[in-house]
Amino acid sequence: MIVVRISDDAQAVALGADALAAAFEQAGCMVERTSSWGMHWLEPLVEIDGMGFGPARADDVAAILDGASAKAIGRIAEHPFIAGQQRLTFARAGKTRPLNLDDYAATGGWAALSRARTMVCADVVAEVIESGLRGRGGAGFPAGIKWRTVMEAPGTEKYIVCNADEGDSGTFADRMLMEGDPFQLIEGMAIAAHAVGAGQGYIYVRSEYPHAIAKLNAAIALAWQHIAPFQLEVRVGAGAYVCGEETSLLNSIEGKRGEVRAKPPLPALEGLFGKPTVVNNVLTLAAIPHIMAEGGSGLYAQLGIERSKGTMPIQLAGNIKHGGLYETAFGITLDALVNQIGGGTVSGRPIKAVQVGGPLGAYIHPSQFHLPFDYEAYTLADALIGHGGITVFDDSADMGAMARFAFQFCAAESCGKCTPCRIGSTRGVELIDRIRAGGKVHADAVEALPQMHNARKVGRSKAEELALLDDLMEAMQFGSLCALGGFTPYPVRSALKHWPEDFS
Amino acid sequence: MEPSELDTIIAAHAGRKGALLPILHAIQQAFGCIDPAAEKAVALALNLSRAEVHGVVSFYHDFTQTHDPRPVVELCRAEACKARGVEALVPAAQAAAGERVNLKEVYCLGLCAMGPSARIGGQIYAGLDEAELVRLVKLA
Repeated sequence: MIVVRISDDAQAVALGADALAAAFEQAGCMVERTSSWGMHWLEPLVEIDGMGFGPARADDVAAILDGASAKAIGRIAEHPFIAGQQRLTFARAGKTRPLNLDDYAATGGWAALSRARTMVCADVVAEVIESGLRGRGGAGFPAGIKWRTVMEAPGTEKYIVCNADEGDSGTFADRMLMEGDPFQLIEGMAIAAHAVGAGQGYIYVRSEYPHAIAKLNAAIALAWQHIAPFQLEVRVGAGAYVCGEETSLLNSIEGKRGEVRAKPPLPALEGLFGKPTVVNNVLTLAAIPHIMAEGGSGLYAQLGIERSKGTMPIQLAGNIKHGGLYETAFGITLDALVNQIGGGTVSGRPIKAVQVGGPLGAYIHPSQFHLPFDYEAYTLADALIGHGGITVFDDSADMGAMARFAFQFCAAESCGKCTPCRIGSTRGVELIDRIRAGGKVHADAVEALPQMHNARKVGRSKAEELALLDDLMEAMQFGSLCALGGFTPYPVRSALKHWPEDFS
Repeated sequence: MEPSELDTIIAAHAGRKGALLPILHAIQQAFGCIDPAAEKAVALALNLSRAEVHGVVSFYHDFTQTHDPRPVVELCRAEACKARGVEALVPAAQAAAGERVNLKEVYCLGLCAMGPSARIGGQIYAGLDEAELVRLVKLA
């Protein structure tokens, strides 16, 4: 019987993978549902004996089985998009069935946990520090240092929290990992628990990811014996973007409004329920099994550039021809990612901008495409790599409208705790509207009141409005409690700098 | 007296640490909203004030205080879907939805390489064009 492999990743399902799988079963084939290779423009991708066909539809089934399909792409593992990658975190992508423990064990699963459990805590933490792994959620804080703080914190009640509130537009690596290789995340969390002495872990997943939630719950039920006595539970978010910020995430798990907490105290010392807590992103924890394999930490530290070590699962999204997941060592340029690997825009029009790092990331102009993918290089260019999402826009994009959207999004998602973010975001929308209208002709009703001594009684020119916007963004950047208000100025400033013509 | 469905839901989660969000999710799922009577019952069970419960209900987008029986179509309008032209589809989708369908915007379904994408009930869709989106809205 012919074995046909089709992904059950949400992206493949959204493009019709379930109907396609049913059609192959109807044709007498045995269908195995695997994780996704990450070539999303080819989904649903069909694999038969290593050969790929995509994007396939139910009416392609006969031609594929006859070997006469025009959708053939050759051997999947040799496809340039796959062959060019260096996959560590996503080593199993496309190759294993997500909830099959035999597949997991046969591909090296649980070896790192077994090894770590023969070591004392301090040695595990030392290897994670040596690997140079930095938090993949966006801030890039060294994971091992955070673990050491929790390990050394007094007390016996400690927690491991996995931040799976992947709300950034243009990112989907967490979702793919949770849906495609959930045991790897569970193993990484169990290693973290051993290293810091935690007994309980939580995975906080956004409610927009029902497929990932179902897979994780099933995976925990299957794997509990492997990780015992460590206990693991999935907690579901409730549609608040700000809960991706670690302290508001902790409040949300505790059953409170997802408001940001002031730091200090650090969550590593006073985190969940006031106890020492490791909060790491999905990709950070999923990198741990590879790092804790024999010799893994040294190998990891050799990859990448400068202080950005190892690999980054980069997500190519938006208006791009070859979108999907591309894991590679740090240091790759945007030009290589977007033009060579991504193949330019899907619309065929020239690229106008790429936004790196989600809604709070800067819009990068094609003249900056030489930038190497590296935390510090992006910081120097007033940008951020964030969670590694890259959203491509063609020349039809209106960057003034995108800048307005950045403020609008911040206003909708602000937790409301600090003033620069809560009020600044709404004032930002109004300012952009006025700038795009050419400035304000008259003072408004409130400004005109006699008791408003400091308000302008006449309108403002466009240049004056721009100066006001600059002031506002400075207040938000340096006065906000967390990155939501603090980083919203990045997309706005970059849009203003590179595409001023879109603001008139 | 038989315990009500609400009491059963609360009792199922009440022993958990940080039980409030799991309880509110379950109530929202069962009743389509979390009304003042439910807030009161939850507050009583968890030894919270009604204000604390109401504060949480009103904070999160997933929780609603009144029941809307209309079918829901969630259309992603975040950056990656905007880059693939979702805004141009909105007028036609709104026209097809009319008053009958609750057309909601969401910010990111995580299908960002193949947008525009939408979620209707338990189903997700990607790579939508205007004709397909209008067809789905009419079927909702």
